[in-house]
Amino acid sequence: MKSRKFLLPAATAGILALTLSACAGGGGGGTTGGGDAEANLEGRGPITYVQGKDNSNVVRPLLDKWNAAHPDEQVTFKEQTDQADQQHDDLVQNFQAKNENYDVASVDVIWTAEFAARGWLQPLEGEMAIDTDGMLEPTIEAGTYQGKLYTAPVSSDGGILYYRKDLVATPPKTWNEMMEMCSIAKANNIGCYSGQFKQYEGLTVNVSEAINSAGGSVLDEQGNPSLTTPDAEQGLQNLVDAFANGNIPAEAITYQEEESRRAFQSGNLLFLRNWPYVYNLATTEGSSVVKDVLGMTALPGEDGPGASTLGGHNAAISVYSKNKATARDFVKFLIEEEQQKFFATQGSLAPVLGSLYEDQELVAKLPYLPVLKTSIENAVPRPVTPFYPAVTKAIQENSYSALKGEKSAEQALADMQASIESAGAGS
Amino acid sequence: MATELGPTSVKPPASGGTPIHHGPKGVGEDNKILSQGKWASWLLAPTIIALGIVIVYPIISAIVMSLQKDAGLDPATGLFTAGGPAGIQNYVNWIGQQCAAPGGGTVACPPGTLGGQFWSATATTFFFTIVTVTFETVLGFWMAMIMARTFKGRSMVRAAVLVPWAIPTAVTAQLWLFIFAFEGIANKLFNASILWTGSEWPAKWAVIIADTWKTTPFMALLILAGLQMIPADVYEAAKVDGATAWQRFRMITLPLVKPALMVAILFRTLDALRMFDLPYILTQGANNTTTLSILVINQIRQGFNSAAALSTITFIIIFLVAFIFVRFLGANVVEQSGATGKGKK
Repeated sequence: MKSRKFLLPAATAGILALTLSACAGGGGGGTTGGGDAEANLEGRGPITYVQGKDNSNVVRPLLDKWNAAHPDEQVTFKEQTDQADQQHDDLVQNFQAKNENYDVASVDVIWTAEFAARGWLQPLEGEMAIDTDGMLEPTIEAGTYQGKLYTAPVSSDGGILYYRKDLVATPPKTWNEMMEMCSIAKANNIGCYSGQFKQYEGLTVNVSEAINSAGGSVLDEQGNPSLTTPDAEQGLQNLVDAFANGNIPAEAITYQEEESRRAFQSGNLLFLRNWPYVYNLATTEGSSVVKDVLGMTALPGEDGPGASTLGGHNAAISVYSKNKATARDFVKFLIEEEQQKFFATQGSLAPVLGSLYEDQELVAKLPYLPVLKTSIENAVPRPVTPFYPAVTKAIQENSYSALKGEKSAEQALADMQASIESAGAGS
Repeated sequence: MATELGPTSVKPPASGGTPIHHGPKGVGEDNKILSQGKWASWLLAPTIIALGIVIVYPIISAIVMSLQKDAGLDPATGLFTAGGPAGIQNYVNWIGQQCAAPGGGTVACPPGTLGGQFWSATATTFFFTIVTVTFETVLGFWMAMIMARTFKGRSMVRAAVLVPWAIPTAVTAQLWLFIFAFEGIANKLFNASILWTGSEWPAKWAVIIADTWKTTPFMALLILAGLQMIPADVYEAAKVDGATAWQRFRMITLPLVKPALMVAILFRTLDALRMFDLPYILTQGANNTTTLSILVINQIRQGFNSAAALSTITFIIIFLVAFIFVRFLGANVVEQSGATGKGKK
């Protein structure tokens, strides 16, 4: 039975091939060009809004409101998972397939450049322009690629320095001040400062904050890496030194947002860099020992507020949409003050309109708003580049080695620089 | 599997009066067999077509993609443009760990690029595979021996053993992430302050422990199935002959359970070579725990075409391992079902 002997490896190959086909499924060949940015600008009719899981039930009430007022231009909600990576891949697949049912999509600020460079996003100019007056400047920057606004800021986010009011009388304004206050932590036998230093996206956030706060930058105006500067080195060196002398406890190398929050909440840290969501949990959770002594301030910089990394989501209109006029009106609706306020009260999402940060009603509900405004005003968007996945990987891997003392800050930055240059060179 | 391929294995008898057909037979009977063959191929067609769609097409598509360059950025417009044909450049780049140089051409990949991690990821993958499969085989065998005995509450034990296998890997990984957190149970239990996910060897052990915990039950069940095939009277005869427990294990259990054991090891090896979820969730691939699958997934976000090349390489590596198993170590996955009854020609 020779045929069987032959079939045997062939059948094995068949089973194994499923592995390969699963991998190939994500792709779809080289895409180029994108869609026609001049087509369907006047189109009106039903559209779809695509966004990640609506955990705090913000989107549905807003859509109900819109739909009640626009019976002929109904918006349907397409809900994605709550995993950012999966949302990204879902959008990529649908844009590649030129799916005209993905009219308006919520995109993370770091995806703007990639999607825009693929030609999938409708530039918000000319007839499609939206009113950006009153929006915080960095949020607009994060939606801009090569001088054109591609995505409309809808919600923002920035880092906050949480501290222990009972141990620190006046919060530090600069990094050096904060490091000096670490003696307080030592006297109380707790860790001094932590952010998020596990090798993942949060590390990119923390390292670029350190670099930007020291006056450096990851990319220059042209989008080329600019990491081999004394300022950038100073920024990374600050973190490396703090790890070396114990001001950042060694275990922080395993921290993501939640681990660092728990360490702070259980009283093991004097200072914590984290996002605004910590406020609610730290003041209400039963296990929190910092409930009544929670202080908030802007991130420390070199000689004033530091440069936070900008988070948040923007709304993008697909070039493949058939009803772009409706899509534009819907995006405009999302950034109106009333809706922005609803985002803040219902979903604790930071507004993009500066005026809302002084709104008494909102501040009473979300006391971190004034601090967050300083944070966002001084924020620097993460590198706006179509090669973001490669850039963030280069930052993560090299700074991780530097923080663990496996290579010098200078070497780590040189390696980052080389990696990012290579990514930009294509393959 | 092979025997089910109807037409080929049914037809030969019709051509040459084989022992299956006794005495002279009418023309009608011949026609009947022929039409049966036709009928069978119609019945098989949907399966073949389905297999073609889900297996053959993606593989060919992946290979075609892997021969294309990834899209590059046109500096003038800031838009991506198609990369064009690449030949086998993507494969050469991975194996030689070469990355694009800013001025054109290639250079050795700097640290922090995915291209620079191919060989370390391959080594890590094989390291995890060898270590975890060894542990799982030994522990799984032991568990199977216990489960094969008759005792009170045996079915309870069998069900309980399955629990880790029944939990989705991603959930398992998250559980172990909590266990291995700095203030997690593992450190509390041993009163230690190990940075489990923050340094190389603890991170590797964390992955190995979690993987062993999760997949030993699978191993145990496959071996248990093999153990139950061994008739009890063989053991009784050995006992009568005065064989010790160790002799019985070595001379009876091991040889008789070997076919099942080899299949179990083969399946686990192929599975372990594709390991993704555990290290991805526990360490995100830091501290030298990046496996080939993690590298593929990371690369997909940076460029489909070189990701296609890498997954093809991964496929070939796994295929070679499977081939060696089947060919030289006698793991009888496919042949066995057909080897009975029909005899050789």
